[in-house]
Amino acid sequence: MKKLINLTINDKEYEVAVEPNQTLTDVIRYDIGLTGTKKGCETGDCGSCTVIMDGKPVNSCLVLAMQAAGRNITTIEGLETEDGLDPVQEAFVEKGAVQCGFCTSGMILSAKTLLDRNPNPNEAEIRSAISGNLCRCTGYQKIVEAVESVNK
Amino acid sequence: MSEYDVINSRAPKVDAPAKATGRAVFVDDMSMPGMLYGAILQSPVAHAKIVNIDTSAAEKLPGVKAVITSKEAGLVQYGVSPARYDETIFCHDKVRYVGDEIAAVAATDLETALEAVSLIKVEYEDLPIVLTIDEAMAEGAPVLHDKYPGNLCAEVHQEFGDVEAAFKECDIIKETTFKNKRQDAAFIETQGCLANYDLLGNLTLYTSTQVPHYVQRILAMVLKLPVGKVRVVKPYVGAGFGIKAGTNPMEIISCLLSMKTGKPVKMNYSREQVFMFGRARHQFTHTMKTGVKKDGTIMALEHQCYLDGGAYSSFGIATVYYAGSLLGGPYKMPNMKYDGYRIYTNKPACGAQRGHGGVAARACWEQQLDMIAEELEMDPLEMRLKNMMVAGDTTCNDLNMSSLGMKECIEAVREGSDWNNKKNSLPKGKGIGMACGFFVSGAGYPIYRSETYHSTAYIKLTEDGGTALLYTACAEIGQGCETTFSMIAAEALGIPLDSVRVESGDTDFGVDLGAYSSRQTLMTGHAVKEAAEDVKQQVLAVLSEELKIPAEDMDIKKGVVIFKKDKPDFSEMRVRYIKEHRGWTDNPEEGDELSFKEASRIAYLAKGSIVGTGKYRPQQLGGKFKGAAVGTSPAYGCSAQIVEVTVDEGTGKVTIDKMTDAHDCGRAINRTSVEGQMHGSLSMGVGEAMYEEVKIDDKGKVINSDLAEYKIPTALDMPNMETIIVESDEPNGPFGAKEVGEGAIMPTIPAILNAVYDAIGVRIWELPLTPERVYTAIQEYKDKNK
Repeated sequence: MKKLINLTINDKEYEVAVEPNQTLTDVIRYDIGLTGTKKGCETGDCGSCTVIMDGKPVNSCLVLAMQAAGRNITTIEGLETEDGLDPVQEAFVEKGAVQCGFCTSGMILSAKTLLDRNPNPNEAEIRSAISGNLCRCTGYQKIVEAVESVNK
Repeated sequence: MSEYDVINSRAPKVDAPAKATGRAVFVDDMSMPGMLYGAILQSPVAHAKIVNIDTSAAEKLPGVKAVITSKEAGLVQYGVSPARYDETIFCHDKVRYVGDEIAAVAATDLETALEAVSLIKVEYEDLPIVLTIDEAMAEGAPVLHDKYPGNLCAEVHQEFGDVEAAFKECDIIKETTFKNKRQDAAFIETQGCLANYDLLGNLTLYTSTQVPHYVQRILAMVLKLPVGKVRVVKPYVGAGFGIKAGTNPMEIISCLLSMKTGKPVKMNYSREQVFMFGRARHQFTHTMKTGVKKDGTIMALEHQCYLDGGAYSSFGIATVYYAGSLLGGPYKMPNMKYDGYRIYTNKPACGAQRGHGGVAARACWEQQLDMIAEELEMDPLEMRLKNMMVAGDTTCNDLNMSSLGMKECIEAVREGSDWNNKKNSLPKGKGIGMACGFFVSGAGYPIYRSETYHSTAYIKLTEDGGTALLYTACAEIGQGCETTFSMIAAEALGIPLDSVRVESGDTDFGVDLGAYSSRQTLMTGHAVKEAAEDVKQQVLAVLSEELKIPAEDMDIKKGVVIFKKDKPDFSEMRVRYIKEHRGWTDNPEEGDELSFKEASRIAYLAKGSIVGTGKYRPQQLGGKFKGAAVGTSPAYGCSAQIVEVTVDEGTGKVTIDKMTDAHDCGRAINRTSVEGQMHGSLSMGVGEAMYEEVKIDDKGKVINSDLAEYKIPTALDMPNMETIIVESDEPNGPFGAKEVGEGAIMPTIPAILNAVYDAIGVRIWELPLTPERVYTAIQEYKDKNK
């Protein structure tokens, strides 16, 4: 039985009818159409579906859409402003931290959350903050370098 | 200062902004009006006769639009290599592994499709199963494919030189056996596709593939469609590593469902299905016997290898050849004998994965070289240098090293890691190890026998001038080839990088064999360079006519026309250009150089659309013996690596502290991308060495089919990697460029194993290096040496 809920995503209100078992990932991707949030495992292991919920990075595949009602959600599409890319996005582009790009949305959002609370993290803090986001292409080296370069 | 304007730089990748903002479209991000969802019924048992399939309940479920089995799909055999087409779309007589496809459904939504699949009733008659090589080769073992008695999928027997005679001249002979484990590539985007059979009978498949060209051919063959009616388009792909280099059954099934229903059909593998489908690295069991003279000269290698292949061939024939042929280099070795066997078992098929066929072989052999060096009291690095081939050398199995910066790589990692001060002087529990390796820059021959070009490309100049539109059917899968080819086109045409726009991954753009065997930079690169040069010559030919100057006295560089001799009066030409662009704010000023934009407009006015084409096919390569084609390539990239580890003897836990890698990629087109490939190779090697193993229970079912239990390296597991680019000028490469994507993984595992030995004095001959395995090895060693 579908139920109408309100979601706040990237400062915009969405009214969506969702099934009780629908994940936040699926609603963001298929109902709202923000496909920058990726789906790699649906079991909370890969981190590609990461969104920021009330300031914390979460695996949106482990959140039911109904649980997200009334929460403040940021997806990768919410980072760009009128001035262009967010500095974290900019750093990923400049430092070669993007290969296939499938982990990139989640990776950037985890990094963004870290930098919001700790503007100058060291390497160990960066590695820890992105340890829930799997990347098979980069060996993480250029991702770590990109995050280190923000605010420098 | 680089002599180049565009290449050999660190240009940001052209697709990176779209990927960093979530705008890049991957296949599951696509949808179409009226789109249906497909699902597949896969066998729950590893080996059984199919007695009956009843689809009636599924067909009656509201929302179901089609249910198909082998009756609708037919029994055309396909696979990867035409020499072993051993698959059909659906099983009809029996199933051979847990996951074998039996039927499929298209429905209005995914839930309905999945429910319908659960309503299909299949009656099985169980057959005995074989899960190991020993079981599969035992006398009287059940046979998977009647055509292949003894479950022998493929065998290779090669001898170069005279191994037996050479061993008689050797002072040291070592024999060891090594085993890796079945891998999963663990790309983050699972396979997915969207098929659309339109009202004119044209089929378009959007799919997460590395090889649009091969998928197009298989679809045409299996679906019995004219190949001109089949188009395969690759959106952005969340990596492949070899597994997406063949056609998967879902790709064919989605097309069939679309043809049956007349609607677009979308399908995806779940993560569990990725593991069920398999097709990643085989489990290899290598036994090698190496003979060396006491001065360290390598004389001979006798080598047997058994590959646990799973239920179908996939890439396996190439794999079993590569497992032998890639030991021909990079050391001088005049005598080599190889016997390889690929065996069918009731498990998901194995195929190609980064470092195809060569990774486990090198892990075995490079350890053995270290053992020999130790016995000879030689520095293992010096022993490698002593035996190293140089540019121009040919291996005993006829692989020609047209460029080879292997010695330079070794010297670079020696210095980069401070090897001389660390080797033999690290405290107990800490170790340092090294290894070398090389890989092809593209297979010398296509997968099917053909005289086809391996790559074609064309460049069209926009009619209003200024932008070069590059079209290539190559596959951008994250490695950065769209950027590489934009850079090559810009350099060859003499224009800035942002004056090139690239479209790729569409079979309508031409033939490109795709992203496998590290082929694109060299092969597609050649085609793109030729197309750019063609365009440039066409523009210069028009200028030559208009300005009455020989074309060879002009050039285009950095977006302007260069006059090598006297500068002519081109004002009349400029006036014409400006007249056509009244009111435009970017018109040239008096005194400006003649721009490429003006020149290409003038060329269009004279000749119509300016289109340049390029193509590439390697020269005849390799020897005449059976299987000589596998391992041939126009060029070889190579790597030397040094790894430092800490081993906790109390727990067996291995920690990788540092990795230093030097790779000869010929001329680096994009230095950032080259490093990215090195990093990715090293991390995949670390995963295989340390953690990864696809585990299968006694019924043939994968028991760790998720990324929680199949552990790939996280950011916390990877050490800092120092990557050193060693450049050579490869005569067969565009601008001298060659491979980097796979050569860099070849030394990783043996370098780790050699470092572990250096730390604890115990050799380990089986992967992965779990604490349990390392601890047990230490205890066994202690018990034996009490």
